Amino acid sequence: MWNYSEKVKEHFFDPKNSGAVAAANAIGEVGSISCGDALRLTLKVNPETEVIEDAGFQTFGCGSAIASSSALTEIIKGKTLDEALTVTNQDIADFLDGLPPEKMHCSVMGREALQAAVANYRGEEWKDDHEEGALICKCFAIDEVMIEETIISNNLRTVEEVTNYTKAGGGCSSCHEGIEGVLTRVLAEKGEAFVPAGIGGAVAAPASAPVKTAASAGTSVGGSLLKRIRIIESVLDKLRPALQADGGDVELAEVDGKTIYVHLTGACSGCQMAAMTLGGIQQQLIEALGEFVKVLPDTEMPVAVEA
Amino acid sequence: MSDIYLDNNATTQVDPAVVEEMLPFFTEQFGNPSSLHCFGNQVGHALKRARKQVQRLLGAEFESEIIFTSCGSESDSTAILSALRAQPERREIITTVVEHPAVLNLCEHLETEGYTVHKLEVDNRGRLDIGAYQSLLSDRVAVVSVMWANNETGTLFPVEKMAEMAHEAGVMFHTDAVQAVGKIPMDLENSAIHMLSVSGHKLHAPKGVGVLYLKRGTRFRPLLRGGHQERGRRAGTENVASIVGLGKAAELALGAMAFENSEVKAMRDHLEQGILEAVPNCFVAGDPDNRLPNTASIAFEYIEGEAILLLLNKVGIAASSGSACTSGSLEPSHVMRAMGIPYTAAHGTVRFSLSRYNTMDEMERVIAEVPSIVAKLRKLSPYWGEAGPLEDPEQAFSPVYA
Ligand SMILES: Cc1ncc(COP(=O)(O)O)c(C=O)c1O
Ligand code: FES
Repeated sequence: MWNYSEKVKEHFFDPKNSGAVAAANAIGEVGSISCGDALRLTLKVNPETEVIEDAGFQTFGCGSAIASSSALTEIIKGKTLDEALTVTNQDIADFLDGLPPEKMHCSVMGREALQAAVANYRGEEWKDDHEEGALICKCFAIDEVMIEETIISNNLRTVEEVTNYTKAGGGCSSCHEGIEGVLTRVLAEKGEAFVPAGIGGAVAAPASAPVKTAASAGTSVGGSLLKRIRIIESVLDKLRPALQADGGDVELAEVDGKTIYVHLTGACSGCQMAAMTLGGIQQQLIEALGEFVKVLPDTEMPVAVEA
Repeated sequence: MSDIYLDNNATTQVDPAVVEEMLPFFTEQFGNPSSLHCFGNQVGHALKRARKQVQRLLGAEFESEIIFTSCGSESDSTAILSALRAQPERREIITTVVEHPAVLNLCEHLETEGYTVHKLEVDNRGRLDIGAYQSLLSDRVAVVSVMWANNETGTLFPVEKMAEMAHEAGVMFHTDAVQAVGKIPMDLENSAIHMLSVSGHKLHAPKGVGVLYLKRGTRFRPLLRGGHQERGRRAGTENVASIVGLGKAAELALGAMAFENSEVKAMRDHLEQGILEAVPNCFVAGDPDNRLPNTASIAFEYIEGEAILLLLNKVGIAASSGSACTSGSLEPSHVMRAMGIPYTAAHGTVRFSLSRYNTMDEMERVIAEVPSIVAKLRKLSPYWGEAGPLEDPEQAFSPVYA
């Protein structure tokens, strides 16, 4: 059975705010019965202050879908609509002390229900822009749709590139067959063939090697290093507000050739979403620098060997 | 009160008598059965006895038709891949849409290697169309692989008849009988079945041991080549303790066959009736007239299976579901969908699978617990109103991107 946190169990066995709110003036309905998840969120919003005075949920779904719905209503009660809209799916997951990767979509559904309810209150139309596919990489909770889209929009051809862009495959590597499958299919649609890059299974480099390249990279990239760092800093500056809104932050830690180490803090560090965050930063950096770079957390920085 | 285990199609408790038979083979009887000295020799005798015990349970003609493997999945893979390798000119496979992943995923993989896989559809009770099957049999087909009993619903397929049809068409026939062996009587000697898969842990033997039955004379290509174990048909030093355990379990299963088909069946029927009477909007999935004696698959409408299981677990009842959420995929069970069960019910299917260790008292307890669990979840469901399902529920609640 799933490794649910105590908090998830608590909110599943004894959900808060279940049922529809009487005299609700904001209703959000999201989910998909074919996927086994559906949620109706009803809110009572004070028209003067836009404060959510009451929230209720009705959910068709598994344990974590019910717990996520319960958590969502607890989080948003008493907030204004604008405040509530800053709640991310990660906030919902964090409130529950984390969700298994296969279940992160339950928290996404919670956030979407909220957006749909606010749109409904404001008389806007809410359109779901996210599609979910079969989970391919369990280590980083990356699904098929995300991998496919990243392959298409970045013209990726190898598993390694997919890992660099999405993180998928960067952990235990057991999903590489699945990633190859997506690559084969997407490339075939473009009339290309997937060519595996060797037999895989690289031998871990000796611990001292990266340090040497760190030193040499600094010199070999030479004059452009300062320029690159400026570009990197400006990209991070642009991304910072979004991260801070989630209670986190990012700092540049080290540039080692094509590998850029960053220091994630606050809500971003250590959470399951750190991988996603890093993937996002990496994409932005690749675009800004016009070259391929890899972004890693500074915790993965090679430790300098005493000479 | 002790917990109630109703998930015997997933795995079973190893019978204490089986454990007892096994123990000496971890300690004093540790020899390699291939060795000449007396350490090995006795172990060799134990393997022979186990082979005989399995032979009897299956009603096989010869004990050499029993090949010990590491699990049901290995037996399935060995059978299908052997048929393909032995007849390279034949590029088609016939199977069904409701097979276990051990067969289905292999076949889907073989499709990517250029094989044509015909998957027989089922009707709303999970039954096959034999006419459609007949029309697919040809000399292009290397193997037919059809399960004897479905693991989710317990529905039985007429494999003996289908094997005869295959035999007449000159096509090899394999059946995944992992759920059927030990629960229904078998007489393979008088059947046209060429290959049959068994898994120990479904019949009170340990996990990690299985059998491939291979009818004498059937063309065969091993999956594992190497040593001469299992007459060169499955290399690798034998998992002696587990094989001995499987032998004992086979003997016990043969002895309990009548009990399984009377007492266990009566408990299952009682449980099913009790739940159907006490809970509105639920129904039996599969073919109630033609199924394993131990399995009840009940679809509870408008709620989701994993949520039901978690609440059952809380009151000490272990069952399982074909729900998507327990497997990590989003689609509900392929078996439920193949039968055309609507999504609002397919997600809420719960499988209760019994064994000879269950009691009527336990059934009463389950019947007493289920209604309130279902009611609690329906109260949370957007498809459920004050007193029952909303009128035209899928219409009344149709969220964005449904
Ligand atoms: C019908 C069927 N086939 C094959 C298997 C796989 O058996 P094993 O777990 O021994 O590999 C199972 C077990 O879940 C099963 O139910
Ligand atoms: S599952 Fe993708 S790296 Fe582990």
